Amino acid sequence: MEISLTVNGEKHTVDVPPNTLLVYLLREVLNLTGTHIGCDTSSCGACTVIMNGKAVKSCTVFAFQADGAEIITVEGLAKNGELHPVQEGFMEKHGLQCGFCTPGMLVLAYELVNTEEDLSEEKLRKALKGNLCRCTGYQKIVEAIQYAKEKV
Amino acid sequence: MGVVGQPVKRKEDRRLITGYGEFLEDIKLPGMLYAVFVRSPLAHGKIVSIDTSEAENYPGVVAVFTAKDLEGKVNDNPVAWIVPDSNQADVKRPLLARDKVRFMGEPVAVVIAESRQAAYDAAELVYVDYEDLPAVVQADEAVKDGAPLVHEHVPNNIALKWHVKGGDVEKAFSEADRIIKQRIHIHRAAPVPLEPRGAVAKYNPGKDKLTVWVTTQNAHIHRFLLSVILNEPEHKIRVITPDVGGGFGAKIPVYIEEAVVSFAAMQLKRPVKWVETRSEHFVSSIHGRDFIGELEFAVKNDGKILGIRGKNYGNLGAYYSTISPGCVTVLHGLILPGTYDIQAFDYEMYGVFTNTAPTDADRGAGRPEALFFLERMVDIIAQELGLDPVEVRKKNLLPPGENIKTVTGLVYDSADYQKAMNKALEIADYEGLRKQQEELRKECRYIGIGVVSHIDICGFAPSKVVGAVGLQAGQWESAIVRVHPTGKVTIVSGASPHGQGSDTTYSQIVSDILGIPIEDIELVYGDTDAVQMGWGTYGSRGAATGGTAVAKAAKKVFEKAKMLAAHFLETEEENLEFKDGVFIRKDNPEKKITIQDVALQANVAWNLPEGVEPGLEAEVFYDPSNFTYPFGTHICVVEVDPETGQVDFLKYLAVDDAGNILNPLLADGQVQGGIVHGIGHSMYEAIVYSEDGQLLTGSFNEYALPKAHLVPHIENHYTITPSNVNELGVKGIGEAGAIAAQVCVANAIIDALKPFGIKHLDSPYTPARIWKAIQEAKQNGGNA
Repeated sequence: MEISLTVNGEKHTVDVPPNTLLVYLLREVLNLTGTHIGCDTSSCGACTVIMNGKAVKSCTVFAFQADGAEIITVEGLAKNGELHPVQEGFMEKHGLQCGFCTPGMLVLAYELVNTEEDLSEEKLRKALKGNLCRCTGYQKIVEAIQYAKEKV
Repeated sequence: MGVVGQPVKRKEDRRLITGYGEFLEDIKLPGMLYAVFVRSPLAHGKIVSIDTSEAENYPGVVAVFTAKDLEGKVNDNPVAWIVPDSNQADVKRPLLARDKVRFMGEPVAVVIAESRQAAYDAAELVYVDYEDLPAVVQADEAVKDGAPLVHEHVPNNIALKWHVKGGDVEKAFSEADRIIKQRIHIHRAAPVPLEPRGAVAKYNPGKDKLTVWVTTQNAHIHRFLLSVILNEPEHKIRVITPDVGGGFGAKIPVYIEEAVVSFAAMQLKRPVKWVETRSEHFVSSIHGRDFIGELEFAVKNDGKILGIRGKNYGNLGAYYSTISPGCVTVLHGLILPGTYDIQAFDYEMYGVFTNTAPTDADRGAGRPEALFFLERMVDIIAQELGLDPVEVRKKNLLPPGENIKTVTGLVYDSADYQKAMNKALEIADYEGLRKQQEELRKECRYIGIGVVSHIDICGFAPSKVVGAVGLQAGQWESAIVRVHPTGKVTIVSGASPHGQGSDTTYSQIVSDILGIPIEDIELVYGDTDAVQMGWGTYGSRGAATGGTAVAKAAKKVFEKAKMLAAHFLETEEENLEFKDGVFIRKDNPEKKITIQDVALQANVAWNLPEGVEPGLEAEVFYDPSNFTYPFGTHICVVEVDPETGQVDFLKYLAVDDAGNILNPLLADGQVQGGIVHGIGHSMYEAIVYSEDGQLLTGSFNEYALPKAHLVPHIENHYTITPSNVNELGVKGIGEAGAIAAQVCVANAIIDALKPFGIKHLDSPYTPARIWKAIQEAKQNGGNA
């Protein structure tokens, strides 16, 4: 079926089978491989993208549900080579190690710094509970997002 | 001041935060096929027949392979650790199950198709007829007479038995005031990197060249073993490591899937890709822990430990994994006396086959289990003797020093265990915590304090030593430091980082030695055609072994650069000063040359001294003289709600001593990640099989990786006791957190339960288990 959507500001019209998941559309059709797949139960959050301003797990969204939507992936965070504050924060505070969960964490962080006022450690830890990281122990991810909040 | 020791931001980050990491799943090759494995639904069964015809005829399917198709063409997957004097059973793993399946998830067939979807669909059409056999999943059950045999030729399922004895054990136990005994089961968990395993193989028949991209921590070990398995000469195999999304031990082994995909690519002469799903990961990637210890400690009434006696059953699963025999023996038993002065030791270690997925290294590999036994026992001793657990620890700690020989024959490089412990106790206000605990108990609130003195074996390793204990590999590390004509530097290392940040730390090391900015330096690793032989990254060896090789190579480069600078400046080397990358004549500071200009001159070689080779690079193969032994003290404070068994964290404080720290920002990250790994293994994560060998925790819905809100804020501190093994004075910090935290949390929780008369509780420390323990204790007359 034909689907039109905007990804990182660019309009795409694609023809995909109706059972295509958004994450496959992004990775396999549009070659945006920054978004990752870490599980098959919507648990890990590595596939998180922004859809119409909200963080969603793109493994749990059919491509057709994104018809007409505005999508932001990790590739769309930096503008003209300038890192977004959440990216700066992750670099500054060592919010990543292997980098596999990072794209999902970054876009979730992007939503949080744009929409939440209270980014206390407790609040942030709860907000991160849908995204798994095995490397960092989360603490530096929390610090990275707090750093970014100061900058936006 | 140099950049080593500074919190330098990582060079690796930019690609990973902008979506330009290159992970295995991102690889697409022209004409690429997809592999899906047909796995056993049974834990134990005879394969009566396999019917692949329907799958073979499914649209898009190119081939279906079973064990029969592999016969005579490949070899079984060998084990790379043969423990001497252990009577280790000869068991090799077939790439696809032959005659029998031995654990749920064992691959029986592989379907190769034009698309992943077709391969999945067709895999459903491979019909395997099994005859169900009784299964055994627990190691102490498997060794009993009459238990089902996983391998018919291995009696009592005992794969190996290794015995370490030192000192006068009989005397220690006869002189003891008390003998404190406890059985401890450290439940099975798994390393679980966020990136699943995968492999892409490509074969060029014209060159007879096999290229395999694989999620590995050690490309060269993969090349070595794939060569053995596939009968393909080693120089005709190229293994490439893309960005690897975490390993924690799970990506050390050479997995049969990787070999099957390679075989398929060679047979079909088309690239073949396989990436496991997370559910496949849980049934078929390695698991860890699952040790059952029976321990006896001979103690005096004042808490002095005279000796340790005991045995352990380490659950190997259905087959050996690449280094698993070492994980249940050498890497475990030798460190069991820990940081304590224990003079008598008698310990038997069994590796046991069961109808479960193979186990292997899981962030610490044998050492977390040793420290768990030891530090749990010290708390039990304190409770039995009515002493403070810290008092017992202090009474037994080895004195500060260097080259301390232990009862098991290890030589601790440098030690100051008191310093780390005192620092932790002081920062945490241990006395105050105990008072607070006392006060709160009056209000029926139960806080618990866990204190552990941890130690790790790192910096793998002196090759002669690991060879003597059976590792079928060397453990030295290599490095090339190459200065290009423009003065930029490539480091080529046999280590293989996958999140550790070695591009940054190695660049820091080279930058300080050569005076070249770190942004002008880059690390190349993980490609066997580009990188000289090396052994990869695990066992906290990246800094101590890989980093030292880099430092040595950089120093060699510097020596040559200095010699050339003297030549170009027409003076003697003694007359040169080196500052910020510039060689300056002491007698005439106007005359100077940058190291970049030296590099250009060295590379064009228009004017070199007689007999000097062109180029500015050096290669080093560094074999350390000893392991390194980082240590520290961790303190955890929890509150347990006796009504629900819920555990809340009040404090987690870590004092680690890994010798000199190359980059404190990255060190904090390593320790914090390790601690959360340990907390997860203690409280949340559990691999659970039913009695008949069905995996009950096959996804993230059942296997609870720690989430951000379930783990505490960690306070990191350090003491610095440089290692005397290497010139950097570094020890390694990748596993310490996991080793310390798993038992630290256990001790804290059980300390909270002390008023109920609870002495020990096996993990995982879920609310249900804690609540049940409290109820049982109350029924048995526990007060509180």
